[in-house]
Order: sequence, then C-alpha cells, then structure tokens
Amino acid sequence: MIGVLIELVEATGILLGVTLLAAGLTFAERRLLGFWQDRLGPNRVGWQGTLQIVADMIKIFFKQDWTPPFADPVIFVAAPIIVLTTVVLGFAVVPITPLVGIIPDMNIGLLFFLGMTSLSVYGVILAGWSSNSKFALLGGMRAAAQMVSYEVFMGLAVIGVVMLTGSFSLSKIVDAQTNMWFIVPQFFGFLPFLIAGIAEAHRLPFDLPEGENELGAGFHTEYSSMKFGMFFVGEYASIVLISSITVVLYFGGWHGPFLPPALWFALKIGFFIGFFILLRAALPRPRYDQLMSYGWKLMLPLSIANLAITGALMLSGIG
Amino acid sequence: MNVSGFDLVFYGAASFSMVTTAVAITRSNPVYGLLNFVLSLLGMAVVFYTLGAPFAAALEVIVYAGAIMVLFLFVVMMLKLDRTTVAREASWITSAIWIVPILLGAMLGGELVDVLLQKTGPGSAHQVISPQAVGLRLFTTDLGAVELASMLLLAGLIGAYHLGRPSSEGD
Repeated sequence: MIGVLIELVEATGILLGVTLLAAGLTFAERRLLGFWQDRLGPNRVGWQGTLQIVADMIKIFFKQDWTPPFADPVIFVAAPIIVLTTVVLGFAVVPITPLVGIIPDMNIGLLFFLGMTSLSVYGVILAGWSSNSKFALLGGMRAAAQMVSYEVFMGLAVIGVVMLTGSFSLSKIVDAQTNMWFIVPQFFGFLPFLIAGIAEAHRLPFDLPEGENELGAGFHTEYSSMKFGMFFVGEYASIVLISSITVVLYFGGWHGPFLPPALWFALKIGFFIGFFILLRAALPRPRYDQLMSYGWKLMLPLSIANLAITGALMLSGIG
Repeated sequence: MNVSGFDLVFYGAASFSMVTTAVAITRSNPVYGLLNFVLSLLGMAVVFYTLGAPFAAALEVIVYAGAIMVLFLFVVMMLKLDRTTVAREASWITSAIWIVPILLGAMLGGELVDVLLQKTGPGSAHQVISPQAVGLRLFTTDLGAVELASMLLLAGLIGAYHLGRPSSEGD
C-alpha cells in the first residue's frame, strides 16, 4: 500500500513539475528571444518580469471561454484535452535519474513515446476541423501532412539506438550509454530525430500549422481562454518531452561526472530547450512544399542510410 | 474463477472496444465514426497488452490509430460535410439493412461465447507470448474464428467494389 502511495506521489510530482516547467518556459522563451533579438521582452511585472507568468495565468483564466456557434461543440472541447493528455502521458516512460521516473523500465517505453506523439496529431487536426473555419482547417491539414511525414523518419532514426541497445526500454538505453553516449555512433540518427522532434512539436522553423502571418493562428485560431492555454502549455510540454527523449536516447540521460544525476539531466534538457528557443530566434519559416520535400527527399533517405550502415557495422562486428 | 486486476482491465477494455465499434458503424457523420473507431483501436491495444503482447499493442497505437486513421481523417476532413450530407447518409441506413450484419455478427458472437465457455478468457496469460504460439493457435484450434473474420473481410471487399463501380447514367 505504501509502495503504491509513493508511486502516486512520484507520478504527481513529475507531472506537476512538467506542467509548471512548461508554464515557466512561456516567460523564459520571451526573455531569451528578447535577448537574442536585441530587444527587452516582458520585464515589468515583478523583478525582471518574473511574475509575468502569474499575470498571464490570471488573465487567461478570467477571459471569456467562448465556443463559436459554428464549431462542433464536442470535438472542439476534446481537441485541446487530447493534445495536453498525450504529451503529458509521454513523460511516463522518461527515466530522470536511476531512481526517479514513473515507469522508466517499461519494455516498450520507446514505442509508447512514439505512440503518444502520433496520437497528439489528432488534437491538432481535430482542432482545425471542428473550428469549422478556413484558417483553422488549413492549419489542421498542414499539421496532419507534416506530422505524419516527419513521424516516419523519427521512428526510423531511433531504430539505430534500439539496435545498439537491443531493447525498447528507455532505462536500458540509458544504461547502455555508461561508457559512450549514442551521439557518437548514431550522429546521423540524431540529426533526423531532432529535426523530426521539432516538427512534431510544431515549433519554428516548422510551425506551418500555426503560421501566424498567413493563417491567423492556424489550427487554434478560434480558441480562447484556457482551451487556448492548454494548446500553449501542451506545446511547451512537448518541447520538454522532445528534449528529454533526445537526452535519454543520444546524450546519456543522467550520466555525467562529479555532479548528481538529476542535475546532469536538468542541465542537458535545459541545453536543448535553449536550443529550441534559439532556433525560433534565428531561422525563417520555409514554404510548405520545401518542408515536405526536405522531409521526404533528404531526411528519410538519411535515416534509412544510417539504419543500413549501423546494421552492416553491427553484423561485421565493429559497431 | 478468480478475477485479478489484469482480468478487470482486459474485460473493461474489451467491452469498451465493442461499444465504440458499435457506435462507429452506426454514425452518419463519418468524422464521429472514425473517432469512435480510433477509440476502439486504443481499447484493442490495451487488450493486446493485457494478453501478453506489448509489442502488438504498441504497433496497434502507432500504425493503426496513429498513422492509418490519421490519413482517413485527413481525407474525410477535405470533404465538405454539412447537414444535408449527414441527413442523406442517415436516410441510407434503414432497418432492413441490419438483418444480414446482425446474422453474421450473431455467428461471430456465438463463436465468442463458445470460446468463453470452454476456457476462462485471459486466464493464465500474464506473460509474454511468442508470435509462433499465436500463429499455431490461429491455424489449429481457433481456425473457425479466423474463417468467420475472413468472411467479414470478404463482405467489406464486396462492399468496396460495389461503391467503386463505374456509375451508370442518372446515378
């Protein structure tokens, strides 16, 4: 009984931590963008703007929660719930330290993560469809095509890691990196994975489903108040999720000298979150056809070649 | 027959799957039908997991629910479905249509009850089962159920052929 209780507290703690981190990132991102783009960003509420999140939360909770009369009421409400739920469920298999994690040694951990990211597409598509407006529908269709295409080589890219480890369990994958991080033998698996991860989280430069200067706000144009807030928090939570999985798969998870494991994990995912934000500050958005041909003509062959070479090296006994 | 938590999850997920499938095939709005079918697939994934096939469960979510159904939804989204289409669709579903499917469904249901009476459902299956064992069972002891399921697939094939026939004049 006590064991179950401890598990519950741990799970609640991790999920609460993720949600709070995602909310905090909305502020961190704006300050960092301001820094990189040579402007101020939010710096008025509290010391250096640190209370901006609280102000935003109060605002978003008290805004009118409006469902447009032309929208499909059931699916319109379900869509943001699907996005947030699937992203947060993804954290169930992430091993944070040797002891912390909800079910880090699940035997299909990596597949569970892939399944949850592929289910989160539904939230975005359904938001676009149920809004029953042109901008939202265009955003939803772009999201469907983009996320299904990029999912294909995301799955192919991680197979290299699975081949080297011989397991789908994320804690076993971290254990296998005690001597060498998989970024070294799997560099050409890491590149497609990270790029697919950015596309799955539909962050700049792959934020065509939102594309605010062409589509209003894309798939969430019609959303207001906390329903919009759920999309927003879901997006930042998926940045944290993609960063965590990248660290676990390619950067040795909690492994590192001198510092405690939890700190190493936090430092590594912090680096990737910063990288995500820097991308937004630095890169322009591609055209839609460029995005698709980049995925299918460059990234898919690259991940297949990586898979073939990894397999060949392993068979010849070098890898 | 002692019931463990695993069994409860199994029966819960299985009945969830059956209910959502029934809802899926009776909707006149194709998007609702598709979404219920996705829920049914997720229920099936849980069934596979409790039966000791975690890999099949993961593939059910990634391939069927996460990729194939998304493509279906993508196509359905592009058809402009308004109230008149839904009403026309609903007018096609008359009560006479239900007779043959109910007969076929009753046959499958009878088979299911027969299997349930012989054994105790998931029973001892809380360990991972090899694909070979599954294949052996499917083509020896459970051959009847496989043949019935293939009859249903045949019906689907004929239905698709019927819908895809070249339209005659005035159609």
